[in-house]
Amino acid sequence: MTSPADLSVVERELSPEEEQFNDLIAKDSRIEPRDWMPDAYRKTLIRQISQHAHSEIIGMQPESNWITRAPSLKRKAILMAKVQDEAGHGLYLYSAAQTLGISREEMMQQLIEGRARYSSIFNYTTPTWADMGAIGWLVDGAAICNQVPLCRASYGPYGRAMVRICKEESFHQRQGFEILLELMQGTPAQREMAQDAVNRWYWPSLMMFGPPDDQSPNSAQSMAWNIKRFSNDELRQRFVGMLVPQAEVLGVTLPDPNLRFNEETGEYDMSEIDWTEFNEVLAGRGPANAERLRRRREAHEDGAWVREAAHEYARKQAERALAASGAVA
Amino acid sequence: MSGTDFDTHGGDLDVHGQVSVDEVELAEELAGAGITGTGATASADAAEYALRLGDDALMLAQQLGMWIARAPELEEDVALGNIGLDLIGHARSLLHYAGTASGRSEDDLAYWRDEPEWRNAWLFEQPNGDFAHTIARQLVAASYLVELYAALAESTDPTLAAIAAKAVKEVDYHRDHATQWTLRLAGGTEESRRRMVVAIADTWPYIDELFVDDELVERLAADRVAVLPSTLRPGFDAVLDAVMAEAELEPPTGRTAFVASGGGRRGSHTEHLGPLLAEMQVLARQHPGASW
Repeated sequence: MTSPADLSVVERELSPEEEQFNDLIAKDSRIEPRDWMPDAYRKTLIRQISQHAHSEIIGMQPESNWITRAPSLKRKAILMAKVQDEAGHGLYLYSAAQTLGISREEMMQQLIEGRARYSSIFNYTTPTWADMGAIGWLVDGAAICNQVPLCRASYGPYGRAMVRICKEESFHQRQGFEILLELMQGTPAQREMAQDAVNRWYWPSLMMFGPPDDQSPNSAQSMAWNIKRFSNDELRQRFVGMLVPQAEVLGVTLPDPNLRFNEETGEYDMSEIDWTEFNEVLAGRGPANAERLRRRREAHEDGAWVREAAHEYARKQAERALAASGAVA
Repeated sequence: MSGTDFDTHGGDLDVHGQVSVDEVELAEELAGAGITGTGATASADAAEYALRLGDDALMLAQQLGMWIARAPELEEDVALGNIGLDLIGHARSLLHYAGTASGRSEDDLAYWRDEPEWRNAWLFEQPNGDFAHTIARQLVAASYLVELYAALAESTDPTLAAIAAKAVKEVDYHRDHATQWTLRLAGGTEESRRRMVVAIADTWPYIDELFVDDELVERLAADRVAVLPSTLRPGFDAVLDAVMAEAELEPPTGRTAFVASGGGRRGSHTEHLGPLLAEMQVLARQHPGASW
């Protein structure tokens, strides 16, 4: 692995803080909020963690679409628990980002003004109940592959938030798998619904790992800083390797006629990913980009008076407490 | 994170792949936190009573679920979601028990009954409105449910007693959540106070129905299976009066004007129930006999 020192090509004296930082990274230890860190490291983390938080928050929408219509009370309870977990993940992650010197308000503002990114996968729509299964199995499955290595990310608050998040994500993936399994063992209409959802979510879930390694500009630096541990293509291979046996159990077909295990390379051969679609969705032209932002903005604006009330109430209480302590003194 | 590391082609894959799941933490969530009793079968009267309580809980949960991803703060997405989840848990236990009298499942009762067969009080089918209306409805509902479940925990029916004993701890937290927000909205800005006053006025007419006794509860109360709703009123009033006083809110006058008849328990409902059921039941009814 490339050590961070190799990247600083300029030959100069390192400050003691810089040396300590490099030393911590070289030893694969954690960087904590009060440690000195290079500006670029801080910025990279703020960008990555806030994007991750936004993805959790926007990601609540496609699933909350089905809470009121879940077809059994058990499924309703599980779906509510899952979407609520996502709000919780957003909270842990915003808190982790806050330790780097940005406020939640600022991040929220960036999101609703369309200045921040979130995972493009949530710009797809959820027309059927089977989408709840496909999101859990494929989208959360891909998220787990991406996120488990982040539990060892060099920035302490991020890594610790990820440990908890990954634990819950594995429950999410399992419930998605169970939804699909139940559908595949059900009526012909249910089986058709499940296969259709897998067809629609398979490719977008593979795109969640990001562009191929040779086109991923930020990866090298993030790997040097121990934020990223595996390359996009490595993770994508692992994900597909995980899906294939599970698809067999489910009885669904993964929509890639060229997908097969290559004994020689030890990897899965697959069709080219159509990155045009990915780039279109990324550019804001996906099926639900506008709707997702509109809804987030609406919730934020509709709730403004409530947040102001809480703020004002706290201010009055503090004022009263101060007056009371003044009276006592 | 043992068990979550990658082993792409490992032979020891279970069907769910390399995911590590904490069984202990999930056990309750997956089971819906339900108490389904010891396999006891409800009498016809007890079943009808459980149906009333279960329908109250389910209609409230259904509406709270609509707040998720729309709440004023992320913390409230979590809180309202949690409260809704607790209520679904109560509804599942109660509907399961109600169904034992007629061989129906919780889902048969939730998804395959039409409007006139629903037994919830009108309060629980009133729409979310703005956050102040949701909080006013929560304050009334949770305060009533705390009194109800505290008393019902002493029921001679062991299933109802067990459900109530578990539920009372949860609705106590719901009441606290609603109280805290009532104080903040009433004592926050001019705008929030104005909204809270309107919400209280709109919600208060639905209180009386909660405390109406009828023949069914009188029969059940004689055997100490059910609690007479009228006996819960003093406790409820004391709590509400205290919250209102602290929030410096006046109870609206003339509040018994139009709903004291208790129509919901007989299957007569406001116009809000139909659309709520239509949305909740639509998918299940598109696939009769399917399991999910």
